[in-house]
This record gives sequence, C-alpha cells and structure tokens, in this order.
Amino acid sequence: MPTTHRKAAAIGLTALLLAGTAIPAGAETLRWARAGDALTLDPHAQNENPTVTLSHQIMEPLVIRDQNAEIVPALATEWAVSDDDPNVWIFKLREGVKFHDGADFTASDAKFSLDRARGPNSNFKELLASIKEVRAPDDLTLEIETDGPNPIMPANLTNLFMMDQQWAEANNATEVQDYAAGEDTFAAKNANGTGPYKLVSREPDVRTVLEVNEDYWGKDEYPLEVTRIEYTPIQNAATRVAALLSGEVDFIQDVPVQDLGRVGQTAGLEVRSRPQNRSIFFGLQSGAEDIASDNIDGRNPLASKEVRQAMNLAINRDAIRQVVMRDQSVPSGVIAPPLVNGWTEELDKLPEGTIEDARALMEQAGYGDGFSIRLDCPNDRYVNDEAICQAVVGMMAQIGIDVNLDAKPKAQYFPLITSGNGETDFYMVGWGVPTFDSEYIFNFLVHSRDGDYGSWNATGFSDPELDAKIESLASNTDIEARDAAIREIWDRVQDEVLYLPLHNQVLNWGLKDSVVAEVDPEDAPKFKTFRLN
Amino acid sequence: MIAYIVRRLLQSLLVLMVVGLVAFAMFRFVGDPVESMLGQERTATDVERLREALGLDRSFAVQYWRFLQNAVQGDFGISYRQGRPVAEILLERAPATLELAAVSGALAIGFGILLGILTAIRRDGWGASLVMAASLIGVSLPTFLIGILLIYLFSVELGWLPSFGRGDTVRLGFWTTGFLTESGLKALILPAITLGLYQMTLIMRLVRSEMMEVLRQDYIRFARARGLPERTINFRHALKNTLVPVITVTGLQLGAIIAFAIITETVFQWPGVGLLFINAVQFVDIPVMGAYLMLVAVMFVAINLAVDLLYVAIDPRLRTK
Amino acid sequence: MIDTRPEDATPGAQDIGAPDAPRETSAEALAGPRGRLGRAWDSDLAWSFRHSPTALISAGLVLLLVLGAVLAPWVAPHDPFDPGTLNLLNGFTPPLEPNAFTGDTFLLGTDDQGRDVFSTILYGMRVSLFVGVSAVALAMLIGIALGLVAGYAGGVLDAVIMRIADVQLTFPAILVAMLIFGLAKGIIPVQFRDQVAIWVLILAIGLSDWVQFARVVRSATMVERGKEYVQAAQLIGRSGGAIMLRHILPNVLSPVLVIATISLALAIIAEATLSFLGVGAPPTQPSLGTLIRIGQGYLFSGEWWILAFPALTLLVLALAVNLLGDWLRDALNPRLR
Repeated sequence: MPTTHRKAAAIGLTALLLAGTAIPAGAETLRWARAGDALTLDPHAQNENPTVTLSHQIMEPLVIRDQNAEIVPALATEWAVSDDDPNVWIFKLREGVKFHDGADFTASDAKFSLDRARGPNSNFKELLASIKEVRAPDDLTLEIETDGPNPIMPANLTNLFMMDQQWAEANNATEVQDYAAGEDTFAAKNANGTGPYKLVSREPDVRTVLEVNEDYWGKDEYPLEVTRIEYTPIQNAATRVAALLSGEVDFIQDVPVQDLGRVGQTAGLEVRSRPQNRSIFFGLQSGAEDIASDNIDGRNPLASKEVRQAMNLAINRDAIRQVVMRDQSVPSGVIAPPLVNGWTEELDKLPEGTIEDARALMEQAGYGDGFSIRLDCPNDRYVNDEAICQAVVGMMAQIGIDVNLDAKPKAQYFPLITSGNGETDFYMVGWGVPTFDSEYIFNFLVHSRDGDYGSWNATGFSDPELDAKIESLASNTDIEARDAAIREIWDRVQDEVLYLPLHNQVLNWGLKDSVVAEVDPEDAPKFKTFRLN
Repeated sequence: MIAYIVRRLLQSLLVLMVVGLVAFAMFRFVGDPVESMLGQERTATDVERLREALGLDRSFAVQYWRFLQNAVQGDFGISYRQGRPVAEILLERAPATLELAAVSGALAIGFGILLGILTAIRRDGWGASLVMAASLIGVSLPTFLIGILLIYLFSVELGWLPSFGRGDTVRLGFWTTGFLTESGLKALILPAITLGLYQMTLIMRLVRSEMMEVLRQDYIRFARARGLPERTINFRHALKNTLVPVITVTGLQLGAIIAFAIITETVFQWPGVGLLFINAVQFVDIPVMGAYLMLVAVMFVAINLAVDLLYVAIDPRLRTK
Repeated sequence: MIDTRPEDATPGAQDIGAPDAPRETSAEALAGPRGRLGRAWDSDLAWSFRHSPTALISAGLVLLLVLGAVLAPWVAPHDPFDPGTLNLLNGFTPPLEPNAFTGDTFLLGTDDQGRDVFSTILYGMRVSLFVGVSAVALAMLIGIALGLVAGYAGGVLDAVIMRIADVQLTFPAILVAMLIFGLAKGIIPVQFRDQVAIWVLILAIGLSDWVQFARVVRSATMVERGKEYVQAAQLIGRSGGAIMLRHILPNVLSPVLVIATISLALAIIAEATLSFLGVGAPPTQPSLGTLIRIGQGYLFSGEWWILAFPALTLLVLALAVNLLGDWLRDALNPRLR
C-alpha cells in the first residue's frame, strides 16, 4: 500500500511539474479587462454581452458568426431546410468533439441544450419561440421543427451554447438557473463546454482565469496562441485606461474615446476599431394626446410631424461625431446599422436642411415660440451617452426647444421606456441587432405595444396595418417578397420621423501591439482567433 | 451599572431597527430591480412572474417585516446581481476591505500621532507650518481625485505601483490575504494612502491640539522645572495624557474608514464590500445594499457602545449616575 | 454629563461621536470668561486677524472667490448654463489657443461641451458655495436648536435628542447623503427632479452634518445653564426660550462659528464626492465637483485644463476656508495664544 501511495504521489508531482513546464508562466497569458463582468456561467440564463462573451470562450454554439458577421460552422458542420418539410431545419454535427470532462458531444446533448434554452427561466426563449420540437434521429443529426417556415433560424442560434446532458443531470442543472429569482445552481458557477478554454477559477466581479483546452477540436483550424486568460472587470474608466497604459493588462475592450489618442501613441500599445452593430437614436412620444413633461397644455407638440422633422434637422450629427465622439461614430439617418438586412444607403442618408429650415418648420407647426420638454438619458450605458444628450440640449435650444436633461443609471432609466406608462416623452435608446435582420428592430421598436410585441416602443405610435405587415415577416419564406415588405415598413418609419437617428457606435479595443486580433462585430472577442507576436 | 448597560443595549437595538427601516425604505425608491434583471427581450409576463418571485408585489410593511426577520438570522437573501447568498458574498469580500482599512488605519494612526507631536512641540517652526499646510491640502481635495492623481503619477507615469486590484492573494481558510505576496503588498500602497490621508490629517491635528493643551498644564511645567529631559516630558508625560481622546476618535474613525472605502475601492477596483455596495446601487441589488448598510450600522453601534462602556470603566464618576 | 470639546472642530470631526469625555470642557474656558460678544472681544479678534498673515491671505482669497461667484453673471464672458449659446464645435479648445473650427479663443480653454472653462468655474463655484453655505446653515439651524433644547431642558428631551444624534452618527455622511438622495429621487415626481436636485443635495449634506453643532451647543449650554447670570434671568421670570436665545446663544456662538467654517469646506468637498458617485449637481448646471468629475475623464488624454482649473479652484477655496477656520479656532481660544 505505501508503495502505491508513494507512486501516486510521484506521478502527481511529475504531472504537476510537467504542467508547470507545459505552460511557461506569463508567456502566452492574456490579461483582459472591461467595465463589467459576466453575470453567470449558466449559458442560457442571461442574454447580455459580457455573459455571452465569457461563455464563448468556454462553450460553443452550433453555428457562430465570424469576423465578417457571416454565419459559419461551429459544432454543426452543415445545415439546411429539410427537402421534405419546409418547417424542419436539419443540422449535421461535428464528429469527435469532446466536452472538457471527456464526454462526447452528441445530438442528444444538442437537443438537451436547445430544450433547456426553451424553458421558462431561459433568457433566450424568445429567440426559440417558433420551435415546436427538437429531435435527435442519430448521434450526429439534429432536427428542429418550427411552427411555420423560419428562414432565419440559424441566425437565432449563434449565441446558443451547447451543454453536456450527463454533466447537467449529474449536477442537478437540467433547468436553467432562475437568475431573476436569485437561484444559485451548480451551472452558474461551473462550466463544462466544448470550447477552446477551460475554466480554472472564478470570483465574480474580481477575477476569472481560463486555460487552453489541449483537446480542442479546432486546434488546427484556429491559432489558439493565447493559452491562459485572466479576466478582470475594472469599472472606473480612468483606472481601466491606467491599467492598460501601465502594462498591467494586455487588452481592454472598451477604451473611452478621449483616450484613444493616448493609447495609440503609447509605445507597445495599439487601438483597433470597427463600427458596431448598434444604432443610437432618440425616441419621441408622438402618439399621446398630451404629454406631461412639456409646458404646453392640452396638446402634444411632438404629435406634429413638422416638429419632429425640425428636431431631426436640429441635431448636428457631424458636430457630435467630431467633438463628443472624436470620430468614433458613423452618423446615421435610419435606426438600423449597415450590417442589418434591410439597411440601404438611401435610407441612411442624413436629413437635409439648415437650422433655418428647422425653425421654419417649427413656425409652420405653430410652435414658433418653442416649448420646453424633458430629455431622459442613461449615463452608464452607451459611449458618452450623457455628453451626447447634453450636446442635444444645446442643439434643441437653437430651434427654441428648452430641454431639461435628466440622466441616470441604466437600472433606473430603462423602466421609463419599458413600463409603457408614458413616463418619458423624449428619450435615448441604443439598439443592437443580434439577428442582423430588420424584423428584430420592428418587433421591439415599431410594432404597437401589444403583448410580446413593441415592448421597447414608447413612441405611442400604433398602426394595425403596419403591425400586421411586421408580424407577417416571421414566416415569409419568399426572401424577395420579405425584403420588399421590410423596405415598405422602413419607408413608413422614415416618413413618420418616428425616431431621430443619431449614429452607429464604433468599437474600440486597446491592445498590446504584440497581440494580433480583429475587432469582433458583436464585441465578443473570441480568443482562439488571437495571435501573439 | 448593569441597568446602564442594558439601557444602552436596548437603545442600540432601537437604533439598528431605525437604520434598517430607513435603509429598507430607500431601496424601494432607488429603482426597479426587475428591469436590470431581465434582458432586452422580455415580456410582460416575465416581469409579473419576477415581481412575484421577489415578493415585490407585497405591501411595504410585510416586506420590511420579512427583511428584519431574516436579517436577525444573518439571512440577507440572495443577491439579484450575482444569484448567490448575500452573506456569502459579504464574507468573501470582507477580507479585502478589512485589510485595506487596517493598513490605512495603521498609517493614519502612526503618522498622525508622530506628526501631531512634532507639530505641537515645534509649533512655530517652518517645518511644522509646512506639515500643517500640507495636511490641509489632503482634506481640501476630494478623495476620488487624490486616488486618480496617485494612479496617474505612480502607475502610469512612473510605473512603480499597480493601479487596480489586490494583486495575488493567498487563501487561509475563508480569509484571503494580500499580505503574503509581493504584488499583494504593492497593490495595498496607493489605496491605503488614498484612504488613510484624511484620517491621518484628522488624527494629526487632534494630537497636536491635545498636546498643546497638555503642554501648558501645571504638571508639565513642574516637570520642566525639575529638569526632566524634553524627550521624556514630551513622550512620557504629555503624550500619555493626550491619548485618551485620540483613542476614542480613532476607534470611531475606523468605522468611517470602512465607509469611505466605498470611494477608494471604486477608484482602485479594490474587490471589497465598498465596491460591492456601489455595484449594488447601480444594479439596484436591494439585498446587498440592505446587508451592507446594516453591517455598517452594526459596526458603528458596536464601536459606540464599546467606547461608552469603556468610559464607564475608566471614569468612576460616571458609575454613580 | 457629555462634554464635547471644541477640538471636535478639527476637520472631519463630524464623524466623531466622542461621548462623555471625562475632562473639563474647554468650551467653558472658551465661552465663559468673556461673557457677552462684546466690543472688547471684537477688537481682540480683529487684532489677531490683522496680525496673522495666514488669516489675511486666506480671507482675501475667500473674498475674491466669493466675489467671483456672486458676480459671475457680470464677470464671466459666457453663460455656460444657457445651452442655446453654446457651440459644440468649440469643445476641447486648449487655453489661449484658437479653436480649429470656430477660431474662438478662451482664457482657460473649453470643456467637452464647448463651455468656456473660466465661466463654468465661476458659475460652478456659485453652485458649490450655494450648496455649501445652505447646507451648513441648515445643519447649524437644526444643530443649534436641538443642542439648546437638549442642553437647557435636559432629562427625557435631552436623551431623545441625543439618541437621534446617535442614529445620525451611525451613518457616515456620505451614506446619509446617498440615502436621502435616493429617497428624494423616488418621492419627487420625475418632472421636478431637475429643479430640486440642488435642494436635495443641500438637504442631504445639511442633515448629515447637524450632530456636531448640536453636541457642541448642548455641552456649552449645560455649562452656561449653571452660571449665575442665567439663574438671575430665571429669577426675574424670563421664559426658557428667551433665556436660550438672548443669554445662552451668544455665549456658545464662538465654537459654533469655528465648526461652521470648517464644515463649509467639508460640505463643498462632500458635494464633489457625491458628484463622483453620481448623485451630485446635474451636468447641465455643474458645480465645481461635477466639473472635476467630468474633467477626471480627460486626465490621460492630454486635455488637462478641463480637470486642472476646477480642481485648483476647489483646492484654493477649501484650503482658504480651512485655514480661516484654523485661525479662528486659535484666535477664539485664548489658551492657545
């Protein structure tokens, strides 16, 4: 017995030493910081960027978006609509993929994961709402049946991570963590994925350490040069930049626009940028008879299309780009970013006219003497959100609109928009489009507020005919007819001046220049693609 | 004597109840946690279900009563932000704050007393005037600015000290310590100075004025007349008599240090309870906010009580009351 | 029973709950022998003032800054609170250099919104001083009233007031202020919030600061109450209120004055700190603290003037007020002369 013990100890020690030599300290470690931390490790509990980004390192979806936002294979190698049934999508799964604990990845795991993500606690269930049934006819085939043809099904799966069924069952994690009710599950603190990195340790809001998965299926396809990741959230922007400037971290994901120059000029550091798939714009309560935050009794000045046009003209998008955003924004004339299906250059043209034209429109609408109104704004959500709103206050003053700015943290701000009680009349929104399709924008922002539709539409705008057109997009498989319908809806939105478009944000990553990486269009870095010099 | 202690204990309990009520009332108004807990795609049913699950649909009194009941048992509920028991998170974060508070407290007391004595003895010297003036600068700038300026100078420009976090920590049971690693010790320096500067100034000025009072007392004059060496007079006789109020103030300042750590921890991304609190405020994480405020209250009340009792023990005149 | 020494007037002493210091109060020595606020007292102070370079310089600085703040509408080249007059393109103009787009030149440069920094500082100081002075006035009002009542009446009233003070001391000023701010934001209808933000700040800082006034006034009152002149006034049938206001108050004013001065500096800093935590003056009507919060974002980017000038102004203002408070304390305490 003692011999066995000693032997075991010796093997253990050797393994430890080997492990020590296998990963030379620091050489391939990437120290990564951003403002916020992932909220949970349960991949289906929270659909928000920091959480999804961390999951992307440890786990994988069936299909994934690459650097050009194209959908490419991940755990599925091929996919197509079934020849026999237009309501069924068939996914061929990758062979020989193993989870971190050594278990094989099979179609039953995929079925389990999708069913799990359709459960009541899931934060992804809306994306899978059209699914009727998921089947696993054999180990490498997955069939998804929807309640009607769903042409954009793969686009809904790019952040939908695959879990190991046995692992989940063994650890009592078959149900999605009820995050909202404060449920604490094994899957919220541990992860067993197929991804390029394994979880080593995690202290929420403090530090998370990942190490490369030596058995990763894609190690020949991807560089996989980063072998260890240390992830630290640093909230205070100045501290975060200081950490990069002083070389304490190698990569910060959110460089404040004013610090781009300093970071870029610092020896050994580099800034990489790319337009983000997110539009920033202002909403106006145009549907109500009267609004609370103005000084006009009995009427709603925003109900006048001329007033909305005047406000649209008064926003000096170029000045905001030059001064507030330091060229890190692309002024826009429509509330869809260019990557979205349905966007056209024509739509994106900035409104034409001078400040005099705007004043004339105000005159025409009967508001030549102006009016006062409150602008609600977040101060911790979008790039320079509060400063943009402040600038808009000045611009509105030019056409006689006296704006009171009320900026607050997002937790207190968003309820004003989503409560549906008309708590805000003039507000800022940023909208990302994870499906890269206009339908997503219409469902949330244009459709009347009705059940699951229009939950972010605080404009009071409602047109049953338009609503019907929006709803028809979901099952329209004739791509051309569908695109035509999208075009018609956009024309209407633009004609109504439903929203005042401002710009699309630009993503700015600050990196050590030894790190070669392209900015991810969804701001979710995939470290397996990073190269180190 | 016993009656006095019992009365003070009851008063303290009442104080805690009131603090609990005030803190609890505030949380009802700072925002809607439901909004930050659900993502972009959520439905009205989700919101309803969640409100119910959190008990937010109950009356104010019921919610407060439940809060108190659970708090007494050390159960502050589950953090909305992290989905874990608040007590567990607090325990995990407490070492960081306590170590930071201890180091800055030690800095403040050490340098505060030393500089206080020196400026009192040489009250008219230019060195003392310089120290006094410099100490005023320390209290004439907001803490967050001092922290950021220190980061700018020592991390970015000179590259000597880390700008954020605790460095490497060593786990001893449930406690994590930064005292045992080089990076941990280095990481302590800037936050400790930022946090301790204000208290140091306070203690220094207190010691100085107490010393100046004591130095003009008769027994000091007698000591001088007897030809005792200055050093003995200053440090043996005078200092000893200034220490009682200094200890009182210092004890209470320890609580203040932990409260002020909110700002220092935010600036330096120090993973302690202060940062946790600020995160909680932004996220409207009501259970964490409640637990934190109760924790601070308990600490202050305990210190207050201890000091009161200490006085009774020291001063016989109070016992007869 | 509970004496609070005037040393509590040391900066930051509002957090000190030093109870029952078993020593003779120096407030007695301070207020007692002089009796009334008389002419002699006045000239004494004046003499000390004339012969203290620190006092002269700091008083001069405070006067200068206060004048600048009060006269801001006439002195400042622009009105930064009028958004209609701002040109965003003027943003980030360095001091004394013409702007690349508009060609305008500014003495201390412009901030991120194209506001003239010099004007913004003058107007911001108005806000800071207004908040500071009002908050201290509020704290004084509450503190003196409660202190007088507690010290003069004693008994149950005294116990209740001092327990309330204990509750107050249980929470550090910053937490109290955040609490009140959060509460006010919830109670006040959203359309009025902007107008009341400043008042909420005053309330928050004022309410977190009254205890030290109450404690000092109370202990001084307890000492005065035993004095012969008070007993005499009681004998001729003066009412309690009249005695408190006419006889006791003037005699406890000097420690109050010292605390008030130093509290003013603290209140201005507290406002700045609250602004960093996101509960300060709104950015469209910035205080010095809000300006510093905005400016700290530009520390690394080379636009130093946005941070440096407001921070320097705050430093000079707080330092001068603190020095004045220091001098006042020494001057009013004859034993330290």
